[in-house]
Amino acid sequence: MFSYCTDPEALSGLRWLSCYLTTAKHAGFYWSFLTVLTLLAITAPTALAFGFAGASAARSAFAPFRWIGKGYIAVVRGVPDIAFFMFFVIALDQAFEWVRHQWKCPDWDAPIRQGNDFVVCAAAKLPLGTADQWIHEVYGFFTAALTFAIVFGAFSANVLFGAMRAVPKGQLETAAAYGMTTRQTFWRVLVPQMWVYALPGLSNLWMVLIKATPLLFLLGVEDIVYWARELGGTKTARFTDYPHGDWRLWYFLALLVFYLAFTKVSEVVLERLMKRLTHGQATLGGSS
Amino acid sequence: MKKLILATTALALSAGFALADGHAKTIRMGTEGAYPPYNFINDAGEVDGFERELGDELCARAELTCEWVTNEWDSIIPNLVSGNYDVIIAGMSITDERDEVIDFTQNYTQPDPSAYLAASADVDVSNGVIAAQTSTIQASFIAASGATLVEFATPEETVAAVKNGEADAVLADKSYLAPIAEEDGEVMLLEQEELIGGGVGMGLRESDGELREKFDAAIQSMKDDGSLNALIAKWEVGAQF
Repeated sequence: MFSYCTDPEALSGLRWLSCYLTTAKHAGFYWSFLTVLTLLAITAPTALAFGFAGASAARSAFAPFRWIGKGYIAVVRGVPDIAFFMFFVIALDQAFEWVRHQWKCPDWDAPIRQGNDFVVCAAAKLPLGTADQWIHEVYGFFTAALTFAIVFGAFSANVLFGAMRAVPKGQLETAAAYGMTTRQTFWRVLVPQMWVYALPGLSNLWMVLIKATPLLFLLGVEDIVYWARELGGTKTARFTDYPHGDWRLWYFLALLVFYLAFTKVSEVVLERLMKRLTHGQATLGGSS
Repeated sequence: MKKLILATTALALSAGFALADGHAKTIRMGTEGAYPPYNFINDAGEVDGFERELGDELCARAELTCEWVTNEWDSIIPNLVSGNYDVIIAGMSITDERDEVIDFTQNYTQPDPSAYLAASADVDVSNGVIAAQTSTIQASFIAASGATLVEFATPEETVAAVKNGEADAVLADKSYLAPIAEEDGEVMLLEQEELIGGGVGMGLRESDGELREKFDAAIQSMKDDGSLNALIAKWEVGAQF
């Protein structure tokens, strides 16, 4: 990057370091921070939406909805994350391709499952075989975001389900006595009051989600932990201009600082949110 | 007017087909990117190494457009069979177990002896604690021997385990360990070597017979004109053909 970087072997000290830290490979590392932040920005609201839908379904008066909601919560919460990320994403991708295959290639006669292989017609591939690499990467990123949202959605569904039940029953009865319909009671009385009960659980989930991003590499998305491991590994002079020993400790220390700073900021924001939500509530937090 | 519309539609359709033909399918090459000299990520952040050069040359000979992607070693076969990429070119030795799940081209390296890297020369490899990368031929070899196996997800971690004393030695391809032993004073290669594996080949889906034949022919042509030997010598990945 700098003009003096053409011959790294002649450099030493800070100049060497400044060249080393600005290689194209390090740029990949810096970009991956953005990848992680974008993923969180997309996943968190989606997971909350999944959770809200799951919790509402689980307390529905209509039995099949209740079974779906409770089944979703129980199954996804029970499966280990790593198994979910290794197999569910592949299954999800294949499900998309299968649907497209049925739709785009109705007169295809070869079987889709051939032994271990999953073969759909070329027009049904997702993304298309002719697509550029960046489309593959974006697609991978969104399947990752969706998988994260489904997993964390199940946990937040359970939290919200509990929060909905924690709202004092008298509140709902009063609403009914005032002549509100079930729907009105739900949206005007239950939902506004449940957040304060849900927030501690949801903030836990947010913290766990921040730290769960290394699972991304299982899906082919290169996240910060992947790059820290890759960059920090021993580099011999035959394969790089910047040979060094095992520097993973330093890279992981940098990650530690990043994660601590990020979770600290989150805590401050969540604290403020909690204050605002408890304001005027008939709870210990609201009275202070 | 109707005829005109029909004619334009026909033209547009045929143009569409012509376009589809001209823009042929890209072959996606999956690799690990953590196993020099076979494959690694260079300073520019791109896949580099013996297999990068070999793969690019094979694609040129087979007249294919190729693209490189990295994937973790653990899930490299599941992602191939589900179609996330088309070829595994990642220093993968041809074994019967893997051959049941995927297909291999002919080998493009000679069977490379596996070597032990240890902190001292007097390590007892038949009873000690030996590190190896998960799902490799070396890991199954140790598991079948009397030694205690510790597995790691990446090659880098296996070497780190020896350096920090967690394992007595690491068993891996000699061409991977040799540059490390050369530059690092703390570790050395043991004299004992194990002859396991049947050489490295490209892995493909079993249903992709046509692509496999193309690559097979390209490898054969590189073997015939000696360019494969030149690459093997350049990157020092074992004996020549």
